Amino acid sequence: MPTADCAQRTPSVARALLACAAGLALTGSCVAQTHYGFGRPATPAQIAAWDIDVAPDGRNLPAGGGSVAHGRDVYKIQCAACHGANGEGGLGDRLAGGTGSLATSKPVKTVGSFWPYATTLFDYIRRAMPLNAPQSLSNEDVYAVSGYVLLLNGLVSESAVIDASTLISLKMPNREGFVGDPRPDIKDAGCTHNCAK
Amino acid sequence: MASSPKGPPVAGDSPDARGAAPRNPRRRFLHTSGALLGAAATAGAGDVLAQGASQARAGALAASPPAIPESMKAPGAPVGAKLYGDPSPYESKVIRNVLPNQAQYISAASRTPLGELDGIITPSGLFYERHHGGVPTIDPAQHRLMLHGMVNTPIIFTVDDLRRFPSVTKIHFLECSGNPVYTKPYGKTASDLVGLVSCGEWTGVALKTLFDEAGLQPGAKWVMAEGADAAAMTRSIPIEKCLDDALVVYSQNGERLRPEQGYPIRLLAPGFEGNMNVKWLRRLKVTDAPVYSREETSKYTDLLPDGKAREFTFYMEAKSIITSPSGGQRISGPGFVEIRGIAWSGHGKIARVDVSVDGGNNWAEATLQEPILTRALTRFRHPWRWDGKPTVLESRAVDETGYVQPTFAQLLAQRGDNSFYHNNAVQPWRVAQNGEVTNANS
Repeated sequence: MPTADCAQRTPSVARALLACAAGLALTGSCVAQTHYGFGRPATPAQIAAWDIDVAPDGRNLPAGGGSVAHGRDVYKIQCAACHGANGEGGLGDRLAGGTGSLATSKPVKTVGSFWPYATTLFDYIRRAMPLNAPQSLSNEDVYAVSGYVLLLNGLVSESAVIDASTLISLKMPNREGFVGDPRPDIKDAGCTHNCAK
Repeated sequence: MASSPKGPPVAGDSPDARGAAPRNPRRRFLHTSGALLGAAATAGAGDVLAQGASQARAGALAASPPAIPESMKAPGAPVGAKLYGDPSPYESKVIRNVLPNQAQYISAASRTPLGELDGIITPSGLFYERHHGGVPTIDPAQHRLMLHGMVNTPIIFTVDDLRRFPSVTKIHFLECSGNPVYTKPYGKTASDLVGLVSCGEWTGVALKTLFDEAGLQPGAKWVMAEGADAAAMTRSIPIEKCLDDALVVYSQNGERLRPEQGYPIRLLAPGFEGNMNVKWLRRLKVTDAPVYSREETSKYTDLLPDGKAREFTFYMEAKSIITSPSGGQRISGPGFVEIRGIAWSGHGKIARVDVSVDGGNNWAEATLQEPILTRALTRFRHPWRWDGKPTVLESRAVDETGYVQPTFAQLLAQRGDNSFYHNNAVQPWRVAQNGEVTNANS
């Protein structure tokens, strides 16, 4: 049931309360409620502080950038222990190589061979890496080390500076490598007798 | 099918216990001791059916007539001795199954001991786990859920706020999409193979209720869900699913969520692969396009032989497994065996389960145990007389859409063996002449 504080949030609550009161008078219950008024409006500053996801359009990428050269240093300190000195993998996933392997019997799925969008690299590193201290890198470090992983895959030059426009415009090799879900892709009639014949 | 050996079946029955057990008490003692020693010498860790039989015989020593059970000779533990109860100490081996030798255990999984359980509700402490950044400890008073993006009014909810909305309670399974993966080694027990499925009763608020509260804007097509764990787990979910049956849940099996299941709140997208049911939920952002997060591009996509990969493969298709007798267990002798198992489908209710006791050549319809619920585990059982000869047992689920659970060979032929996720193949169990049950795929 709505309470007085719900009216603080949105003007439409008042309408809902009126409708509810009418319903209450007629039926003794209040089931047509559309607004309850629970929760507080999120301010733009609150949203900005939490709104970290970066989609392929890159709209949500932060300002600034980072150099691949700086990324090499970040990588050495933050990433190499798990992902290997050259992105060859270890405790963590392999990050580099594997191009051309996806259709073979031993596919190697890396950032370079498999990831469709470079924006995802920034998004994931910023939110979840390094494993022992996620969200500890500055935006500059994340741009830089994203660039270094792209360098390991031969997708940017050693002298590059990575920023939002780099990540948005870089077409990853496997961008067109994904298809939709066709399932059910197996249709079995459910044989019940002498099925092995 | 074997013909009936002799008389009706008895719990813990075996030919040597019943057919040959002498009635003289002293000789019976020697007989059961020998059986115990034999069982101890040969029993493997998962030798459940045989263990059950030997435990029954061990019990006969101390608590069967004429002896008076010790439990009747002195009062037991007082009320309140355990303010939060545990299973019996005799059940201490019924625990989550953590596969050894993983690279690290921060992003890893534990499996439900399916072969040890009855019923459709997985005990909360045995619910399977798959975490990508460990299990956080979250104070519910500090936790917030932000709903923003393409809504008229972005809102921040406390956990108490969420609990004030009209509540919904549903029973649904959750299953990891790599359950199991396509590559060897496949595993030995039901838990090794398919233990990344569990089922709970969930209570929370419908996502639609929250969206109605905030007011969806035209063009809203996807919802990005994000967790408050060290992985900040992120998945995109179609708006249709969110408006259909998705929930923000705060309780599981009647009590608050366990930390391993997302305390204080998680997303539940019934029938969708487990990863999308984001735990420790802290943010829902309504968008017009998927975010293409790492977990929906580089992971949880299904690689095909031509090098293309299927993306957004959300629904878990119909599946079943025989949990008794199953891998690692031993049938203690010929005679009556009730074949028992579970079936489920992300597309709705289970319509039928077929069981084969001859390696898939002939199938018979099993009995389904009510309740048969949408996107929930359903129990099946099938009576069988084992003639003591080697054979292969299989089960095959059919859901209400008419979809028939495929064989592993069918899956491989269609998708190749690098597909990794969404393996819902029939699981065959080989029964050896000595009653030992093993994975017929390995």
